[in-house]
Amino acid sequence: MKVIATDVLIIGAGLAGERVAIATAKEDLDVIMLSLVPPRRSHSAAAQGGMQASLGNSIMGKGDNPTIHWLDTVRGSDWGCDQEVARIFVDNAPIAMREMAHYGVPWNRVVGGPQDVFIKSKKTRIEEDYEKEGLITARAFGGTAKWRTCYTADGTGHTVLYAMDNMAVQLGIDVHDRMEAMRLIHDNGRCLGAVTRSLRDGEIVVYLSKSTVLATGGYGRLYGISTNAVINEGTGSWLALQTGIVPLANMEAVQFHPTGIVPTDILVTEGCRGDGGTLLDVDEYRFMPDYEPEKQELASRDVVSRRMMEHIKKGKGVKSPYGDHLWLDLRHLGEEHLKTKLREVYDICMYFIGVNPIKELVPVRPTQHYSMGGIRVNKDGHAYGMKGLFAVGEVANWDMHGFNRLGGNSLAETVVAGMIVGKCVAEYTKNTSLKTDVALAETFTQKELDKITQLLNGSGNENVYQLENEIADALHHNVGIFRNGGELDEGVAKLKEVVKRTKNVKVRTSSSGMNPELSSALRIEGKAKQALIIAMGALNRTESRGAHYREDYPARDDANWLNRTLSRWPEGAEEPVFDYELVGVLDLPPGDRGYGGGEQIPMKIDLEEYNNRVDQDQTVKGRLKPVESTGIRLPKEAWKEAE
Amino acid sequence: MGRTLNCKIFRYNPTKENDKPHIDTFYLEETPRLNLFTALSKIREEQAPDLMFDFVCRAGICGSCGMVINGRPTLACRTLTSDLPDTIELFPLPFFKLLGDLSVDTGIWFRDMAERVESWIHTETKFDPIAEEERMNNTLANEIYESERCIECGCCIAGCATAQVFPEFLGAAGLNRIGRFLIDPRDQRGNEEWFELISTDEGIFGCFGMMACDDVCPKDLPLLEVFAHIRQKMTGMTLKTLGGFKS
Repeated sequence: MKVIATDVLIIGAGLAGERVAIATAKEDLDVIMLSLVPPRRSHSAAAQGGMQASLGNSIMGKGDNPTIHWLDTVRGSDWGCDQEVARIFVDNAPIAMREMAHYGVPWNRVVGGPQDVFIKSKKTRIEEDYEKEGLITARAFGGTAKWRTCYTADGTGHTVLYAMDNMAVQLGIDVHDRMEAMRLIHDNGRCLGAVTRSLRDGEIVVYLSKSTVLATGGYGRLYGISTNAVINEGTGSWLALQTGIVPLANMEAVQFHPTGIVPTDILVTEGCRGDGGTLLDVDEYRFMPDYEPEKQELASRDVVSRRMMEHIKKGKGVKSPYGDHLWLDLRHLGEEHLKTKLREVYDICMYFIGVNPIKELVPVRPTQHYSMGGIRVNKDGHAYGMKGLFAVGEVANWDMHGFNRLGGNSLAETVVAGMIVGKCVAEYTKNTSLKTDVALAETFTQKELDKITQLLNGSGNENVYQLENEIADALHHNVGIFRNGGELDEGVAKLKEVVKRTKNVKVRTSSSGMNPELSSALRIEGKAKQALIIAMGALNRTESRGAHYREDYPARDDANWLNRTLSRWPEGAEEPVFDYELVGVLDLPPGDRGYGGGEQIPMKIDLEEYNNRVDQDQTVKGRLKPVESTGIRLPKEAWKEAE
Repeated sequence: MGRTLNCKIFRYNPTKENDKPHIDTFYLEETPRLNLFTALSKIREEQAPDLMFDFVCRAGICGSCGMVINGRPTLACRTLTSDLPDTIELFPLPFFKLLGDLSVDTGIWFRDMAERVESWIHTETKFDPIAEEERMNNTLANEIYESERCIECGCCIAGCATAQVFPEFLGAAGLNRIGRFLIDPRDQRGNEEWFELISTDEGIFGCFGMMACDDVCPKDLPLLEVFAHIRQKMTGMTLKTLGGFKS
């Protein structure tokens, strides 16, 4: 058994993981990053549109500040977020953008003077302030009061990831790529490292660490049809779930992005609509203003996706061999804009579906895109119930997004949370000694070796790819954009069966090396169990909030469901166990979002009573004590001034 | 009715004793808008569960899936079978270490390249979290972005004659990276440092000017212009070093 010891073990080398690596390496700690792929191939690279931060340099963002950003974020979340965490995020986002500029990101900048732009699809002339010339500019995104999304054309994730990785290279941070963590090693509520398997040659390697950070991204690929990279299979959230101790939160909160292209399900950025693109139906009629007169195409993603599906259900979709879709119209933006600011979008349309967006309409439909749910952590990023285990980025439920995240807020979250959580990880690690319990590590390793033997030599007859398809099918058909009790019941039943069948998977080839079928087979239990948690969580939640929409319970129910779902899978149990906690201290009282319509059932207790219970409630549910007391970063009623 | 595609795929598992490089042939029914990501995934699911290849974003953005397709290094995910003849020959990218079948280790090479060219902003300026960001002209930001668009797929290196005979050559990807920092005013490297990096056989002198890199680059990076700029800059530095002329 090969054993490697380090201070900080970071699993996942996308933006969030790398930012934590940089924060801890700068404190002279030994850091190792593990990654399924070379860091620059992480899914962060695929983010196109940008990052929200209230710099307010563009004239269309004039007067912006963190409080206005916070209001947009809390409303976007449909009051499901932790308002204090959202506040920590908005306060630090401008710093993070400037820091990334310092690292080398070539942000697009303000150009002074008259500029022709599209506002609510109308060509409009704006005058950019000459005094702001050369500062970081921003574009419009959905659900925002101001133009706030900082960008580099439509390759923002790419440039930020490259700048971040450049910094990691400069600091000489070790990356062990093509390594997959299989199991966390833990004892008595403390994480001690991880058992991993090399995807190069199948070698098993044990890493022992003072602190372990999960930064593996989301679980979108469980849906099969998804804009996500093929590596976003919920591998990190499975590591946490497998402990039986750490809860996953709000797994039923799954985002569908309005503009996945048809077919191939590749994303084209929200920046398309931010820059003036419109949605058209089969008659080439622009339908969004009828549903959302105020925000039109730029309501939040959950709302636009639902409106699109509603319109398709009225028979207004465009028929195609791949199912009904709608059109994204970018033609009026013109060739120059499409070949510069939306160049990736132009390339994707040309290469993958042979559509020239300068002259033709782009076929789109809502497609699974983001996982709001994830490993429940406190505001320091420390996992519930497990000392020394942290989670950051999409894999975590830090919880600034609640039940719907705004476009541009997740890419920004990776670097902001990476910065905040990175500090906490460094502090924790410096005050911790390495515990090298080799016998314990061997016990955990043996479990994985037994699993491999079983998959290769067992008497099972299930095909892993078949099960993957059944999971995707159940989620797609039964736990999609519109949900109801009957379909969810059916989905839960299907997925319970799949969970059982994962025990009988047999790998057909026993070849050495990376053996892709074995790698898939090792992931299937985690995928099936998480899919079941998504479906059961959605069935249990008898209300509609953000991306979770129940046709049979269309109201947002703040009397009974202003809470966060927690799910654990105790070792040896047949089924997951569900629990609920208060969302956090509320400063902005629940109200109407200003888009999306719908009814709200008011809270039964007043805000003060709710807020008084938060700390105690979350502690009981397993939250480790954060470094700073609850609510301290949330300035009381600051929003009243911004309104 | 669709065609039946005849996929001839290079196979070799270096971790398997006695395995020898060979070609396996797979037959696949072509479906509308089929790309090589879907085609290879299907072959793995249905015919060859141990077939090794790399895809991540499957959207032409991450650079994982470079391979030689009918003789040409390019991205497999955005290659449509409808643009190819009935017979499709797939080989791993040459030059890089072979991990198995169509999978090669580009990550290690690119990390090494980043270390060699010191692919980061060299600055003495400390980041001040409360200060306004340094201003930059938007045209310049766009120019930097133009070089920054490289996705490290390795196609330019695989297509480069110099790299095949002289593995130390930084290749188009490395030179382009140098070009990216050369025009960035935030990078305070002086002429001597640049000169040392560029004016060697590993740098711009290694290039024979055949420009296959420019031909195969899937992101259409302006490599000709970048190289011209580097040469120009170098000439300027040489003249300054000689002290005779003002550049």
